[in-house]
Amino acid sequence: MDSITKKPFPRALLVLDILAAVSLAVALWMALVYAPRELVMGDVQRVFYFHVASAWTGMLGYLLAVITSIAFLRTGKMNLDVASLAGIEIGLVFTALCVISGSIWARPIWNTWWTWDPRLTTAFIMELIYAAYLLLRRGVEDPAQRARLSAVYAIIGFITVPLTFLSIRIFRTIHPVIFGGEASVGSSNFVMSSQMLQAFLFSLFAFTLLFAAFYWHRLRLGLRQQQIEAIELQRRQDEEEE
Amino acid sequence: MTYFATIMLVFRKDLLAERRSREILSSMLVFALLSVIIFIFSFELLADLQKAAFAGTLWVSLCFAGTLGLTRSFSLERENNALAGMMLSPVDRSAIYFGKVLANWVFMLVLSVILVPVEGFFFNLNPFQWATLGIILLGTLGYALCGTFLAGITGRLRNRELYLPILLFPVIIPLLLAAIRATSAALNGGAAGEIGTWLLLMSGYDILFVAVGLLLFEAVIADA
Amino acid sequence: MNITSTVIDARGICKAYGPRKVLRGLDFCAYDHETVAIMGVNGAGKTTLLNILATLLAADTGRCTYFGIPLKNHEIEIRRRLGLVSHQTFLYSELTAEENLLFYAGLYGLLGREQLAAQTLELVDLKKQRNQIVRTLSRGMQQRLSIGRALLHDPQILFLDEPYTGLDQAMTGRMRALLKQLAESGKTIIMSSHSFQEVSAFGTRALFLHKGVIVDSVDLAGMDEDELAQRYRTVVQMGAQG
Repeated sequence: MDSITKKPFPRALLVLDILAAVSLAVALWMALVYAPRELVMGDVQRVFYFHVASAWTGMLGYLLAVITSIAFLRTGKMNLDVASLAGIEIGLVFTALCVISGSIWARPIWNTWWTWDPRLTTAFIMELIYAAYLLLRRGVEDPAQRARLSAVYAIIGFITVPLTFLSIRIFRTIHPVIFGGEASVGSSNFVMSSQMLQAFLFSLFAFTLLFAAFYWHRLRLGLRQQQIEAIELQRRQDEEEE
Repeated sequence: MTYFATIMLVFRKDLLAERRSREILSSMLVFALLSVIIFIFSFELLADLQKAAFAGTLWVSLCFAGTLGLTRSFSLERENNALAGMMLSPVDRSAIYFGKVLANWVFMLVLSVILVPVEGFFFNLNPFQWATLGIILLGTLGYALCGTFLAGITGRLRNRELYLPILLFPVIIPLLLAAIRATSAALNGGAAGEIGTWLLLMSGYDILFVAVGLLLFEAVIADA
Repeated sequence: MNITSTVIDARGICKAYGPRKVLRGLDFCAYDHETVAIMGVNGAGKTTLLNILATLLAADTGRCTYFGIPLKNHEIEIRRRLGLVSHQTFLYSELTAEENLLFYAGLYGLLGREQLAAQTLELVDLKKQRNQIVRTLSRGMQQRLSIGRALLHDPQILFLDEPYTGLDQAMTGRMRALLKQLAESGKTIIMSSHSFQEVSAFGTRALFLHKGVIVDSVDLAGMDEDELAQRYRTVVQMGAQG
C-alpha cells in the first residue's frame, strides 16, 4: 500500500505538461498576432481558433467516455469508470468554453448573444446531459452500481445527440431565424487564408495536447482516489471484525 | 413463457396495479391540467399567439406530468422488492422492460385523450386531425420508451423524483422538438412533407430506444 | 444409502461491494435430499451468498454449476428449478393474494394457473384471504404468501433467507413440517440461520461462514444444539487466530 505514496511522477507526463503549455502559448500568439485580421468580422473572429478547438476537445472527451463506458459494461473493470468520469469532466469544461466563445463571437456580428445554431445548441444540450451525469453519480452510493448506471447513462446521452442535432437542423431549415436585419443561418462562413489555416490547425493541436495532459492527470487522480477508498474501507472492515 | 407472453403478463400486471390504486392517473391528470392553465396565463391572450402555443403547451405538460407515472412504474417494484421476484424467474429481462413500456404508454395515451380536447377547449381550436393522432401515438411511445428506461436507472436512488426529470429532459429533446413542431404544423396547415419529416425523426428515436432497451436494460436492473 | 447427486457446485465465489470484500473465494456444494444451513454472524455474507446461489446476484468471479449445467448461458432453464424465500416478500401490495400467485405462475410458464394458485393458497393456509389485497394482510400472512410464491413452480432447490420472520409458533411448525417433507421427497433446501436450536433440529448439514469463506462443514446427524454451538465457537475462534 506504500506504492501510492512512493510512486514517482511519470517523466512522460511532465514532458507532456510542458509541451502542452508551450504549444498553447504559441497557439495564442498565432491566433492573436500571426493570423491576419479578418476583413468582415474584425478581430472578434480570432475567437474562432479556440472555439472550434474547444468543441473538438469537448467531443473527444465525451467520445472517450462513451468508449470506456461500453468497455466497462463488458468487462466490469473499475479503472474504466475512472476513465469515463475523466472524459466527461474534461469534456464538460471544453464544451462550456466552446459555447461561451461561440456566444462571444455571435454578439458583435449578429447582434445577439445566441444564434440557435444547431451545432452550438446541441453542444449546450450535451452540457446538460453530462451535468446530469455528474448529478447521477452523486446520487448513487455503491461504487459498482454507480459505475454501471452512469456508464449506461453516458451511452444513452451520447447516442441521442445526433438526433438532437438533426432535429434542431430541420427546425432551423424550416424556420430560418433572422438576425440583425438579414436572413442568415447564424453560422460562420469566411474564407481562410493560409496563415489562418495554420493558426487554426495549430490551435487544434495545442488543445489536443492540453486535453491529453488534463486527461492523464485526471486519470491518475481518479485511480489514486479509488485506491485510497479501498484502503480505508479495508481498514474499517478489519476493525469491525476484531 | 414466450417473450411476447412475458411482455403482456408484465403489461397487464402494471395496468391492474394502477386500476387498483388509481393514484397515478388522477395525479398525472391534475398536474397536466394545471400546467396547461399556467402556460396559458403566461402567454399574452392574443388569438394568434395562443394558436402557436398550443403544441408546446400540450407536449411540455405531457412531459412534466408523465414523470409521475414513470417514477411510480418502478416504485411499484421496489416496495417489496418485487423486481427481484421477476429477476429470479426464467424470463428474458428486456421483456420486463417492454411490458412496463406498454403500460406507461397506455397511461400517457389516456392522459393525451383527456388533455387534447380540454386544451382545444381553452385555446378555442379544433385539434382533431389524423396527423395529430399519429404524432401523439409516436410521441407518447417514445416518451414511454426513454422514460421507462431512465426510471429504471433512477428507481433505486434515494431522491428518484428529483433525478428522473434531470436525466430525462435533456435526452428527450429531439423527441419533444419533433412532436411539438409536427403538432404545430398539423394544426396550422403545414406541408405534409414537413409533418412527415418529423414523424420520421420520432420513429427513428423510438427504434433507437427499442434497441437500447433490448441491449442495456439488463445492466440497469442487475444486482437488484 | 441414498444415491445422491450434486445439485449445486460453486467454486471460487468472490463478491465485493465496491472495495468491501464480502465473499472471498468461497466453495460450496449441495446435494439432493439434504437441508443445508449456512450459519454466521450478521454481516458475514449469508444473504449475499444465498442471493448469488439463487442467481439473483452475480458473483464477481467464480463458477456455478447446477444439476451439472453451468450457469452461464443457461440462466433461464436453471432459474426454472430454483426458488427463493427472503425477508422481502417480492409481492405486489396492490394486488390480491391470488393475483400475485397468478402473476408468478405466468412468469414461470405454468399451466393450470388458477388451480395451482388455489392449491398453493391452501398449502400456506391463506385460502380465505384469496381476494384480499396484500397490503391489508398481516406481516405473517404476507410471509406465508411469499413462501407459497416460491413453491408455486415446484423448485428443485429452495433457498430460504431467515424465512420464519413474522411467523408465529404454530405457523413456523407447519412450515418446518412442510419443508421436511420437501427435503425427504428429494428436494434440496438451503437456508441461512443463526439459531443453533433450529439448525440442529432440522438440518442435515451445517456450514459455518466466517470472513467470506466456508470454514467448516458439519454433519448434523445425532448432534444436538449445544454440541453444535460449541463446535461453532471453537471453529470460529480458531479462524480468528489463524
